Amino acid sequence: MASYDVMVEVALRPGIADPQGATIERALPALGFTGISGVRSGKAFRFSVEAASQAGAREAAEDLCRRFLTNPVIESSVVTVAPGAAAGSGAAAGSGAAAGSGAAAGGR
Amino acid sequence: MTARVGVVLFPGTNCEHDVIAAVEALGGSASLVWHGETSLGDVDAVILPGGFAHGDYLRPGAIARFSPVMAAVSQLASAGAPVVGICNGFQVLTEAQLLPGALQKNAGLSFLCDTVAIEVASSASVLTAGLPVGTTLRVPINHFEGNYTCDAATLEELRAGGRIILRYADNPNGSVYDIAGIANAAGNVVGLMPHPERACDPLLGSDDGRLLLGALLASAGARVGS
Repeated sequence: MASYDVMVEVALRPGIADPQGATIERALPALGFTGISGVRSGKAFRFSVEAASQAGAREAAEDLCRRFLTNPVIESSVVTVAPGAAAGSGAAAGSGAAAGSGAAAGGR
Repeated sequence: MTARVGVVLFPGTNCEHDVIAAVEALGGSASLVWHGETSLGDVDAVILPGGFAHGDYLRPGAIARFSPVMAAVSQLASAGAPVVGICNGFQVLTEAQLLPGALQKNAGLSFLCDTVAIEVASSASVLTAGLPVGTTLRVPINHFEGNYTCDAATLEELRAGGRIILRYADNPNGSVYDIAGIANAAGNVVGLMPHPERACDPLLGSDDGRLLLGALLASAGARVGS
């Protein structure tokens, strides 16, 4: 078993209203930012997965996404998996989520 | 026969006592059921009240659907008993896939706290049984994520099946097709964003909620009698 670092980016599906993104975009001109459009807000989760292989880690992360981290009616997700950086010294990267099973990882 | 209503209490639920008071004022009996219970006990119906179950972390209802009590709620729903989710309870029912669609943030990004007019759009549910279509009710809303959405096929299915039970007269939150409440195909599982329990006494500005909760108790009582 090895440790893999996972990042899950959750975005609202196209066509789903994103009032937060829209509000941010509307505020931009007043703040002096020009030429920026198509702002969409979302969220990201980082956690570590213990798995036998990178493919296994991805499978576990995608299952977590499907069943818990996203609501497929309104959200989609992109999962990025990489071998755990400096396995064994990852105190900062792991912070809490590393030890957890699926349910505990909800605390971002 | 007095209908016995289980009122589920998640950590963060905050409308349970209003629901209990309303049920009792209408002649039913109500009991609190902690979300960690695996059984609802002897109840004829269950209400998931409003609030912020599990702090609404991740998404409203996303964690609540994994609460142990939800297996019993699903079972009761499959058995045909009335299951009603109010506000946050509606969000829990969609996350649990007992009702289709999802509730996204209000268009306009404002938390809404107001009394609004809603119209009965279908009598084919435990909450609207016996109420003529077109009946207008004044009921409070109190939510940030009340903007109902679903894909076009689901919306068509809901419309064709008479499963859109309540619609806003003046859409406050951007809900597709002005939807304020829906039911499952059998009509026994219902979710709505407005709070009928807060409109059960003229002192509160409206007692129109009695019509909805009264219909629910009648539906529950009828099952007991049959």
